[in-house]
Amino acid sequence: MTIEEANIREEVLLICGCDVTRCMKCGKCSASCPAYDEFDIKPHQFASYIARGDMYELMQSKTIWNCLGCFACVERCPRDVRPGKLIDGVRQAAVRRRGGTHLQPEDIPSRIDPDTPQQLLMSVLRRERK
Amino acid sequence: MDLTYSYFPGCTLKTKAKDLDIYTRETAAALGVTLVEIDNWQCCGGVYPLGSDEVGNKLASVRALNDAKEHGRDLVTVCSGCFHVLKCVNDDMKNVPDIRDRANRYSQFDEPYQGETKVLHYLELLRDAVGFDTIRKKAEHPLTGHRIGAYYGCLLLRPSGILEFDDPEDPSVIEDFLEAVGATPVKYQMRNECCGGYRSLEEPEFTNRLVGKIFADAKTSGCEELVTACPLCFYNLQKYNGPDKLPVRYISEVLAQALGIEAGKGVR
Amino acid sequence: MQRIGVFVCHCGSNIAATVDVAAVAEAAKSQPGVVFATDYTYMCSENGQNLIADSIKEYGLTAVVVCSCSPRMHEATFRKVADKAGLNPYMVEIANIREQCSWVHKDTEIGTPKAISLMKTAVAKVNLNTPLQEGESKVTKRALIIGGGIAGIQTALDIADAGYKVDIVEKTPSIGGRMSQLDKTFPTLDCSSCILTPKMTEVAQHENITLYTYSEVESVSGYVGDFTVEIRRKARYVHEDICTGCGLCMTKCPSKKAKNEFNRGLNTRTAIYTPFAQAIPNVPVIDTEACIHFRTGKCGICAKNCAVQAIDYEQKDEIITEKYGAIVVATGFDLIDLKPFGEYAYNLSPDVVSSLELERILNAAGPTSGHLQRMSDHRQPKEMVFIQCVGSRCEDDRRGKPYCSKICCMYTAKQAMLIKDHYPDVNIHVFYIDVRTPGKAFDEFYRRAVEDYGVDYIKGQVGKVTPQADGTLLVHGVDMLDQKVVEINADMVVLAAAVEPNPDIRKLATMLTLSIDNNNFLNEAHPKLRPVEAATAGVFMSGVVQGPRDIPETVAQAGAAAIKVVGLLAKDKLKTNPCVAQSDELYCNGCSVCQNVCPYGAISYTEKEVRDHGVRDTRRIAQVNPALCKGCGACSVACPSGAMNLKGFSNRQIMAEVDTVLCQ
Repeated sequence: MTIEEANIREEVLLICGCDVTRCMKCGKCSASCPAYDEFDIKPHQFASYIARGDMYELMQSKTIWNCLGCFACVERCPRDVRPGKLIDGVRQAAVRRRGGTHLQPEDIPSRIDPDTPQQLLMSVLRRERK
Repeated sequence: MDLTYSYFPGCTLKTKAKDLDIYTRETAAALGVTLVEIDNWQCCGGVYPLGSDEVGNKLASVRALNDAKEHGRDLVTVCSGCFHVLKCVNDDMKNVPDIRDRANRYSQFDEPYQGETKVLHYLELLRDAVGFDTIRKKAEHPLTGHRIGAYYGCLLLRPSGILEFDDPEDPSVIEDFLEAVGATPVKYQMRNECCGGYRSLEEPEFTNRLVGKIFADAKTSGCEELVTACPLCFYNLQKYNGPDKLPVRYISEVLAQALGIEAGKGVR
Repeated sequence: MQRIGVFVCHCGSNIAATVDVAAVAEAAKSQPGVVFATDYTYMCSENGQNLIADSIKEYGLTAVVVCSCSPRMHEATFRKVADKAGLNPYMVEIANIREQCSWVHKDTEIGTPKAISLMKTAVAKVNLNTPLQEGESKVTKRALIIGGGIAGIQTALDIADAGYKVDIVEKTPSIGGRMSQLDKTFPTLDCSSCILTPKMTEVAQHENITLYTYSEVESVSGYVGDFTVEIRRKARYVHEDICTGCGLCMTKCPSKKAKNEFNRGLNTRTAIYTPFAQAIPNVPVIDTEACIHFRTGKCGICAKNCAVQAIDYEQKDEIITEKYGAIVVATGFDLIDLKPFGEYAYNLSPDVVSSLELERILNAAGPTSGHLQRMSDHRQPKEMVFIQCVGSRCEDDRRGKPYCSKICCMYTAKQAMLIKDHYPDVNIHVFYIDVRTPGKAFDEFYRRAVEDYGVDYIKGQVGKVTPQADGTLLVHGVDMLDQKVVEINADMVVLAAAVEPNPDIRKLATMLTLSIDNNNFLNEAHPKLRPVEAATAGVFMSGVVQGPRDIPETVAQAGAAAIKVVGLLAKDKLKTNPCVAQSDELYCNGCSVCQNVCPYGAISYTEKEVRDHGVRDTRRIAQVNPALCKGCGACSVACPSGAMNLKGFSNRQIMAEVDTVLCQ
């Protein structure tokens, strides 16, 4: 773990307020995740990645963009580790460093239709921009 | 009993989910409830801003919460997303001193806001203040014989420790509501699973798959249509084009039907 | 003025490393009343004890201060030393310079002055000590066992075999407990009933054992050796002494829709019933909520059919009062409520069952006569999924318990093997977090399930169980070892629900002033050295009421509790603690404050004639029953007139200690 990774780790833990040492590797988060197959690093791996400080790997993972934020893992985690919050914390740390968005503004118009609700666009903006 | 509430419609209800807004206002009026829209409300942000080290994106919610407090009213919303965000931010204002202090320093209210406002979903108002029994009596056009499934999704239920809305794994408030309007509620196991949410922008195929599983479960369980309180869920469910698709309506539209209300015209 | 000896212990390096023990002894020499002071490596060793005894004689000591560990550790030791040397044992004071001093400080600069200060307060106090005499109380040679499961049964048998009278109070209509609901037991696969029923019969026939089934403890008063207990014998509406147990009433009863608790609600029973065929006593009870006669005043078929007129609809609850020398709490466990685990569809599908429900399904006397069947359509399942740790190791206290329930890994392996034995074509999958098998022949047992029976163990929890159109249950989980989603269309899902203490324990704990932990398990007097004794003298514990455990452990603990009870009942008299409260009748103003704060009901008031400065007067005065007083001191603090004093801890003694600390 580099010094920079240690700093990122500290920032992520501050953002999400979770305690990764409580994880007992039961896999309930992964089993509850509707987007499990869209993830390269699985929800149950987040606690140990963060414990080890492998922050660059986490920040480059597909997982942080593919998480739905559905809170199923947060709700069902028997140890109150709340992996969804860890994932969100890493995403925020990534967004703050990249400065931009995951989807570029020019990507948006082609993806919306007359029914697209504001709620959807707002959610994407909030999740993908600082 | 004074049934006057501050009302936070939310951005989508002013545009793509006008039905949800109109039916909510009209059913409320028919049930003797006064909803007073908050002046100059701003978008809650759609998702709860998680970072405990930033307060800026929580301030819109704080302003709405404080406005309700200053009027001495509970704050009602019918959008699941707004409910989730307002309630989570209110919990921060109540229980996280650092966020509370900084938000108050920005906001400079007459007196500091400390989470005093009670945030209610319209369903909670119907259940606790109006009463499902009253609705049952007033439902002159009951939806007899309609086998309806409740689609809760995520934002109404989770995290249950903060939202305290219903049993997160086996919710029943919408089923009780459906029963009150004369319908036959059908419980199906996937009703609290995610529809894919905002991922439909980038990966519509993926959200389509998730929605397909939900519809399939609803259909095999015997549902003939679904109701929801969330514009984003509504959109994702509507976009589905697979074989198990069922009609989807907002909860307030179903209520309006039972009460005999036509949109924009009041009680027939 | 006393002649005081001060003895400062090194406790090896435990004290000596952070306290200059020689300096403490030296400082003692200048204290008022101190005629001798010294230090020694281990004061509790034989040499150390001799040092104290010899000094008492040599210097004519009238009081002793030992600066050492906590009085909980060795106060009794040093009091015995004094007693042997001819000094009243209550003339010994302990200054705790280990737990409260050397262990919490890192260097002698802080440790030594604090130790000296503690020594000075003890000297100041002992200067005011007076010799106290222990009293005696009688021992009622009868034990009460609360709970008639295997823990209570074994404890009762062991005590009764030693020659003492034992009463068992059991809440349900029969003894037997959880063990009577089990099919087979791990790791030997003995039939549970076959090894339990002989013990139940032995209990019923033992001349020293009295059974109160369908009964509950109503109140407890008294103290070790002399408890008075009220027992509510709930009305059975069937006379136990007349009923022959022929069972005709149950056959004829037309009300057959009551939930069968013994079969965990999987089927129904009649309104007049015994929980199971081998029930002891074999006397039915009437469930008044289900009984047609009690609901409508009609029916009466059971009474008409009873050849011996044992049925009595007018029977009332009866309260009996009995005296006991010792009480054993053996109230056992239940499984947690599975309703909050909606993701497993327990509320939605009858084919999702708890492990105890499966136990009933596998049992020949169960709702399916021992045939493995789905409760929905009575088909034999082909695919079965077991989910471990449902509510165990769960920090979410809204639905789970933080502890490991300890027995689930083993009974799951057992159930899997029993099923594979009878139905080799059934595929069994077990979702686990860890497989925990410490115990004799336990891991071998689990490995047999994997290696010989081909049970499929999957590392990971299940996210969702969803009923399907074809009647199967789609189990969605993840195999954490190969990072793949696992989906199984199961015919049946079995949930290994966490165990929790019987909720009745809260009520009992209040009655018996027992301490319980956050999970409602009973706390021991000492977790390692006094594991079967409760903190309340004369109360013992047996079985899962103390913590999760299996049958052999429970039986072993039952024996341990029994020997403790026998040790107590073997005594004719017990020494009583002389450090009890005492009221000075000249100061007492009869205000009742002490009576109101006393948690043990030890204080009463009497009208008494007193002479105050030569004047005769009749006053209302507090009196302490020394047998009930536990010496907590609440009354002496509450008394507004200073009339209440705790012997050995008088107001003067406490103030002398405070003065010493403040005046340094």
